[in-house]
Amino acid sequence: MTELALLADLGIHLALLSLTAIGGGVVMLAPEIERFIVASHGWITHDQFAASYAIAQAAPGPNLLFISLVGWLIAGFAGAVTATTAVLLPPALLTLGLMRWGWLNSQGPWARAIREAFLPLATGFLIATAWTFANPMSSSVAHLALTIGAAVVAYRSKLNPVYLIALGAAVGLSGVL
Amino acid sequence: MAPDVPRRPPLEIFRVFTVISLMGFGGVLPFAYHRLVDRYRWLTAAEFGQALGVCQILPGPTICNLGIVLGYENGGARGAAAAVLGLITVPFLIVLGLGVAYQRFGDVAFVQNALKGMIAVAAGLILATGLKIGAHMLKDRQPTAVQLTRLAFVVLAFLGLGVLRWPLIAVVCILAPAGTLVFRAWPRP
Repeated sequence: MTELALLADLGIHLALLSLTAIGGGVVMLAPEIERFIVASHGWITHDQFAASYAIAQAAPGPNLLFISLVGWLIAGFAGAVTATTAVLLPPALLTLGLMRWGWLNSQGPWARAIREAFLPLATGFLIATAWTFANPMSSSVAHLALTIGAAVVAYRSKLNPVYLIALGAAVGLSGVL
Repeated sequence: MAPDVPRRPPLEIFRVFTVISLMGFGGVLPFAYHRLVDRYRWLTAAEFGQALGVCQILPGPTICNLGIVLGYENGGARGAAAAVLGLITVPFLIVLGLGVAYQRFGDVAFVQNALKGMIAVAAGLILATGLKIGAHMLKDRQPTAVQLTRLAFVVLAFLGLGVLRWPLIAVVCILAPAGTLVFRAWPRP
């Protein structure tokens, strides 16, 4: 595949996907992006994909930048710019359009029903995303224990997540995983 | 757009959102609240909550949608663009720097080990977010039947996307219309 065809393929796919990330942000796109980039195309490995997410979590800024890093690993700077723009621009234009026409605060029964419907879906999608990253079918017991431990602490405290990521790095360095 | 909101130059909006983004290790939203509501008083807590609620149901990254809404209210379309660029530009370059380091040192054994731990924790953080939204949803006072229906949709969404590994678009296209019809039909108090 030529570089340009690859970038177009990546960009179009992410642009379409970006519009389905409703109710919980782009994190829940991760299983789908992984399916497309790792399983279907083999552009990068599962480990590289998961590492991109972890690295972006450890850096400042929106979590969506993990997609920039995935783009970078696939096709360098052009890949990073393509992936970031593709995932950012369509929803941004939609939001701007809705703002402009004043459709954002609709209280009609259908608007309410749509909001109601997306609440449980967002929850299920986030759990599915955690499942994809934790990869429970092929991870060690220690690995899963760390995931569940981190989830419990994050659920019960308001600790800045970056400390937990640092703690995870320290646990990993000890070599128990 | 509220006519009483003062227009702010795009450069100021860009600067404010860049600062917010760079403070946001592990999540930008709390810092957006702190700066925009507590410190600069661009809007009240209630206005912030309302804007956030709207941004959460729009497709795309919540924080960027919030930037667009608040940027637009403070400076029109240019303000919206300035807010998003502020949120993205500098962190993007930082992440790419880390990407270069990862490509260079990613094979080193101790880096691999550290990354393994970071990935395990990152998965736990996502799980916690999902559980928080779920718990919040189940806490509001609704009849048991409504709660069970919601729970059923949580499970179906998880199975479809996570276990069966269906494409997201397929899962959304089946469950979103189904859920909308169910919740539309439910009699409201």
